[in-house]
Amino acid sequence: MDTSISQYTEEDLWGGGEQKPLKASYGKLMMWFFIVSDALTFSAFLASYGFSRFKFIETWPIADEVFTHVPFFHGNFPMIYVAFMTFVLIMSSVTMVLAVDAGHHMNKKKVVLYMLLTIIGGAIFVGSQAWEWATFIKGDYGALETKGGRILQFVNVETGERVALDAIALIDPSETETYHESSKGIWFESGEKPSTYSLDEVKSGFLANQALTIRTETINEDGEKTVLSRTEAIDKLNDAVRVVEGANLIRNEYGSRLFADFFFFITGFHGFHVFSGVAINVIIFFNVLIGTYEKRGHYEMIEKVGLYWHFVDLVWVFVFTFFYLV
Amino acid sequence: MAHEHKLSIFRGLVTFKNNQQKIWGVLLFLSLVTAVEVILGITKPAFLVQGTLMGTKLLNWIFIILTLVKAYYIAWDFMHLRDERSSLRRVVVWTPVFLIVYLITLLLFEANYVYEIFNTTFLTWDF
Repeated sequence: MDTSISQYTEEDLWGGGEQKPLKASYGKLMMWFFIVSDALTFSAFLASYGFSRFKFIETWPIADEVFTHVPFFHGNFPMIYVAFMTFVLIMSSVTMVLAVDAGHHMNKKKVVLYMLLTIIGGAIFVGSQAWEWATFIKGDYGALETKGGRILQFVNVETGERVALDAIALIDPSETETYHESSKGIWFESGEKPSTYSLDEVKSGFLANQALTIRTETINEDGEKTVLSRTEAIDKLNDAVRVVEGANLIRNEYGSRLFADFFFFITGFHGFHVFSGVAINVIIFFNVLIGTYEKRGHYEMIEKVGLYWHFVDLVWVFVFTFFYLV
Repeated sequence: MAHEHKLSIFRGLVTFKNNQQKIWGVLLFLSLVTAVEVILGITKPAFLVQGTLMGTKLLNWIFIILTLVKAYYIAWDFMHLRDERSSLRRVVVWTPVFLIVYLITLLLFEANYVYEIFNTTFLTWDF
């Protein structure tokens, strides 16, 4: 028979008819139903991400070019850090199952150890995600935005490598753009923060340097971004209206703004789940320490919290695929 | 022992001695699948990215299938659906699967339509 819960007495089981069709306790069943509804929420987010991506299939940013950093290392390492994060989360899932298993054997010491490891794993993951966000927001090379909101990035004519704004802009000392603060304005509204280099400084720097050209958002047949010829690029430069550094909800130097919006929204929502998972794990950890479940006679609570924790891992597997791989 | 665990995975191909061993075995398998995904993602073998199958590259289909494989083992072994009643399993698996497939199908068709409108009508957005 399919049975995993013979340790419960009759009154612990959900009274769903004489046969008890699901043979699960009330708490566990409700956790499962919560997970089902939460899974639908996440899949709605990912499906709408897919919608926007298919809508702009030709111009969507390439994830390998966006997430290339690893803390404490310089250079271009696409996906390595996310793979590490995935591994940390799977690992903390494993320690959670081990905690559940130790709970079944009523082994308090082992439950404490494994719960602690799970909490540490979760904390590492949330920290990594915060770092990932910070890197994404800060930006990499910088770019120009056109009237239509398209992004123009700079590359070397010969090598095709990206070139940062620092290496392009010719600084004009006479230029004094000031930040319009709300306290000084007539209508008490603050202006946009000026970028490190003004549009004119970048433009004049680009015209002076023959080795530079522009890369547009459009993806060509080889699956790479289209690189314009030098003359096309000079022509295209006239469309630029502002300098973009980094990404936020309104502007995104990596390409389509929707990419940044969905990145913040979906990984943010997932990160919040991990954060609440860690918080719940901490509460349960202290409950184990003071012997709550020992007195209760079973460690089913660990199992219920474990279900939530694995669900967070499950969602990450999908986020990883659809944000970083596909 | 009060608890019964089904200790076979891969349709009985591998049977573990106890539950802890099964957990480590599943971890090994999941890490392996993730490693394959990352390696394919970095190298992008040419024969997998040329040409499309049902609207996307072959490589993307491999990623999606490997993801579903991982999801299966997380749900079945970590969330111990394998040890639950089949009725509970069906309730929590088939309900979202049906709704998600439905939603994705509708949205992707719609997105494709919008994409075509952008490309074939007198509408410019690249300026």
